[in-house]
Amino acid sequence: MNIDRRAFFKIAAAGAATALCPASAAARPPKELPPEAVGILYDATLCIGCKACEVACKAENDMPMAHDTPLERAHGVAGTWDADNDLNSRTMTKIKVYTSGTAAVKDREEDGFSFIKRSCMHCVDPNCISACPVSALTKDPFTGVVRYNPDACIGCRYCQLACPFNIPKFEYDKAFPKIVKCQLCPDRLAAGGIPACCDACPTGASLFGRLPDLLTEAHRRLTFKPGERQQYPVRRLDGDEQRAAEVTGYYPKVYGETESGGTQYLMMAGVPFDKLGLPPVGDTSRAQLSETIQHTLYQGMMAPTLLLGGLVFAVYRRTHAEQEQEDASEGVEPATEAREGRRDA
Amino acid sequence: MNRSAASRREPALGPYLSDQLDVYGISRRRFIEFALGITATLGLPLGMSGQVLAALEETKARPTVIWLHFQECTGCTESLLRATHPTVETLLLDLISLDYSETLLAAAGHQAEQALHDSLDKNKGAFILVVEGSVPLRDGGIYCKIADKTPQQMLLEIAPYAAAAVAIGSCASWGGVQSAAPNPTGAVGLPEALRIAGITKSDGSALPVITLPGCPASPYNLLATVLYYLTLKNLPELDAKGRPRFAYGHLIHDHCERRPHFDAGRFAEQFGDAGHRQGWCLYKLGCKGPETYANCPAIEFGDVGANTWPVGIGHPCFGCAEQGVGFHKALHEQADVESVTPPSLFPEIITRHAGGATAGAAAVAGAIVGGAVVYALGANEKLKQVEAESTAVAKSEAEEQK
Amino acid sequence: MREVYRPIGGKLLTRHFYFMGVLVLIGAFFMARRFIFGIGDVANLSDGFPWGIWITYDVVTGTAIACGGYAMALLVYIFNRGQFHPMIRAALLTSVFGYTLAGLSIVIDVGRYWQLYNVFLPQYANLNSVMLEVALCVTLYTLVLWIELSPAILEAMKDNRHLRQVRHALFFFIGLGILLPTMHQSSLGSLLLIAGYKVHPLWQTNIIPLLFLLTAITMGYAMVVFESLYAAVNLDRPIETDLLSKLSAIIPWLLILYLVLRISDLVWTGAIAALLKPGPEPLLFVLETALFLYAIVNLLHKERRVRPRVLFWTALATILGGSLYRFDAFLIAYNPGPGWQYFPGVGEILITLAIIAVEIMAYLFFVKKMPILLAARPARLGAKA
Repeated sequence: MNIDRRAFFKIAAAGAATALCPASAAARPPKELPPEAVGILYDATLCIGCKACEVACKAENDMPMAHDTPLERAHGVAGTWDADNDLNSRTMTKIKVYTSGTAAVKDREEDGFSFIKRSCMHCVDPNCISACPVSALTKDPFTGVVRYNPDACIGCRYCQLACPFNIPKFEYDKAFPKIVKCQLCPDRLAAGGIPACCDACPTGASLFGRLPDLLTEAHRRLTFKPGERQQYPVRRLDGDEQRAAEVTGYYPKVYGETESGGTQYLMMAGVPFDKLGLPPVGDTSRAQLSETIQHTLYQGMMAPTLLLGGLVFAVYRRTHAEQEQEDASEGVEPATEAREGRRDA
Repeated sequence: MNRSAASRREPALGPYLSDQLDVYGISRRRFIEFALGITATLGLPLGMSGQVLAALEETKARPTVIWLHFQECTGCTESLLRATHPTVETLLLDLISLDYSETLLAAAGHQAEQALHDSLDKNKGAFILVVEGSVPLRDGGIYCKIADKTPQQMLLEIAPYAAAAVAIGSCASWGGVQSAAPNPTGAVGLPEALRIAGITKSDGSALPVITLPGCPASPYNLLATVLYYLTLKNLPELDAKGRPRFAYGHLIHDHCERRPHFDAGRFAEQFGDAGHRQGWCLYKLGCKGPETYANCPAIEFGDVGANTWPVGIGHPCFGCAEQGVGFHKALHEQADVESVTPPSLFPEIITRHAGGATAGAAAVAGAIVGGAVVYALGANEKLKQVEAESTAVAKSEAEEQK
Repeated sequence: MREVYRPIGGKLLTRHFYFMGVLVLIGAFFMARRFIFGIGDVANLSDGFPWGIWITYDVVTGTAIACGGYAMALLVYIFNRGQFHPMIRAALLTSVFGYTLAGLSIVIDVGRYWQLYNVFLPQYANLNSVMLEVALCVTLYTLVLWIELSPAILEAMKDNRHLRQVRHALFFFIGLGILLPTMHQSSLGSLLLIAGYKVHPLWQTNIIPLLFLLTAITMGYAMVVFESLYAAVNLDRPIETDLLSKLSAIIPWLLILYLVLRISDLVWTGAIAALLKPGPEPLLFVLETALFLYAIVNLLHKERRVRPRVLFWTALATILGGSLYRFDAFLIAYNPGPGWQYFPGVGEILITLAIIAVEIMAYLFFVKKMPILLAARPARLGAKA
């Protein structure tokens, strides 16, 4: 075995070993909440399913109403309902309903029902941002809002694959498509306002605020007892509007506190979250793992450069040797050719 | 009213209502329309309109009604009067013999009390007691006195001899505006007053009480209840609070004409804004429709045309008929949505998306796989030949070498 | 020892060729629809299944199949098995078109193709993205492949000056042409790491880059064997059984290594328990493994390895096993959540078919008109040397 091959094997073995060991000390650390992180606290127990948030979102973002959805067709009505049956390239927030059995009691798991509002989770460690090759998705370093820039986007849809919540939607039906997802109404936020959905929500189910405050509020609500009458802020956590309502009882978890590394869209409900269609994500973002493995292999392009050096050297020696042999055998009769040709059959 | 001098001057045309239509200038067609309408209000199947019509036409025996007024504004009586265009409705009231009503009695003072006394004597056990207004309990109930008697005293004297009682209006049903905090008079509704005083019929059986809350109560609910009794000789189905289900069985929210706006999230935010002008849902302005049981959206107020009810004209319902809501919750405080039954077109958690196999795609895929298999088998055959040939060559070479 | 390559000549416009042409025209029609009406008009892609057969076959599997050039370069230039050198040009040809057409598939698949050059602009580069690395590597490698193939083209054009220049610099590009596929074939697997729970536990693993790399190299060898047999069957070329047999001998070892790594990783992480759960996934895993085992068992025996039919079927089994592995990981054992489903649409399938047809047509054109294959008497086996 010649020396070049030994070197190659060593590098290959080192690479394989690195690839095989779990994300170790070289692991990319998890991301943290930005300093002025803002977000939404959605409380399903307050939600009355009026869909004002959906309508406000569409109005704010100039999205068309859907009329001929499959639901309508199935029920033989036309144009009565102007809401789609799921998030899609024209719907950036969606109210859906969970029902069980007789669906008699709100926010109860058995024989009950609950609403859930789905939209972009504005993750703390977003998979979509890690995935996008051209940085079309970016996270604001202060507010943490995940925004989309169609001028950078190439439409590869890797973000759709990466997002554990299946949020980014793509305009498959357009000739010049783009990705569509909630961006937390950047124009409104820039003007000191709040997202349209929170503005429209009559009951305070969608509440805008700074993340640390929202988390505190969420945990405060977890201490409430069913049947109590409590004050709930409406529209924005730091605002004046309040509303009294009876507590129906919470599932003891604030969804988004740790899920997928934490999200800036928090949820509370009376029903377990997997029943509300939330996926089985763990407490760490997959972006962390993907980047750890990728960087372990390619950090600073050191390993590839070394490998390239070794390879080029080996090839050079081989082709150089080949060249010398050819030069030496120049002018030999075609019989040599025939001898080479004999290798087949 | 029916005992006015004017009607006394009319010649008797026969005991049946149907005989008297001409006198009042009512066409038979209008009469039937009215019967149909009231059948619908009662929540009865339209096929029963015949029976209702028959009851209207052929009733002779007019049940006696004693109408008591306690702590009230007389709005319910007024509303009943307003329902009486001088047409069919007037006739309908000819179906009952209103022996005593402080508002409507021509007599006054001792004569009025005498009328009451006489009616009681004559109709023991057979009259309908209608109560308008709440009963004060505090300080012995002295906050309301008629002919020097408190409502409780009057009830003790009168109620045991009634065949049934009707509490008309929110005040009589559960206390109404007088019972609003701090409820200085200790006002309660008729059912509560009867319960506290332990009043039953004279024979000891329970006195059936129908409550018709509303502020004012819709006269049509009263008229329909009376007609129901005349038609079917029975009281209509009541809920736990004594309210007829045909009128109070649904939340206003559940048959409001603006409900589609609620379901689509279109709300008026302020009076006069664009949404308000377009007739959007008034939930955010404090509409109590979602927690109030009544039939206002269906029968509306007055007889002046469509949309003549509060929400219809652009003001949120304040829940006047519902105890704990009307006069209790602030006008613009948001209602609890009592029954959030998701509409059937609400999207479910799991949405089925398109993208599965079509016949065409399966056919094309199948054809490709089939083609590939054919190719592979063909190649296999050719290679088999090649193998056979090379084996033959090898054999012949081996033989040559031998 | 200089080998002589020669165009094999013969009629280009055969029925076979025309048939491919018809497939291309059909595909072109659907491609036009895709660009005029949008992806949804021809494809069944959805928000739950953003990647379908265009990515899974044309890009991921297609480039793995096109690893012949890479695998042979490794063999000839790093492991110094010069005897396989004559097969390199043919392997390169398959690789060139495999990768070039993968690039074409990307242009068809991405939604905002008019901005595709953004991946090359440093101001947009996201260095954390596996996709960026794959895109840049594949583009560069495609260029490198064309450079590696250029001697054949320059020979046909009799451009000796440029030929000499290229030959002089070739060693660098060959080295690069070994590095780049090592990087991106493994990264094609790494693409799935971020998808988390969406990839079934029997396929989702931290060592997915290594598994993808191993299978890609193996499929490269298998493809060289397969394509050589294709030439023999369809173009009346002699079968180089000896060489093919020796080449095929590498395959079982790579597959054994792959299976050992795969199964021990599954056992180590406990994911192997998923084999006992209901569903189609355990069966898919078994099918993949069975295909590989078939190849392993048959190729470990020298007597079997010299038979052309065994070579054919084991090569096919290897390619199918490796392809199924990729299809399972990206598409079939991929579950974004309830309510989503995917089966390619008619247009989608026909575009892919057209791309394969172009590849075959290009292959035929090149081997017939350019010096790709080794000069050899077109006589069938049996004629004495």
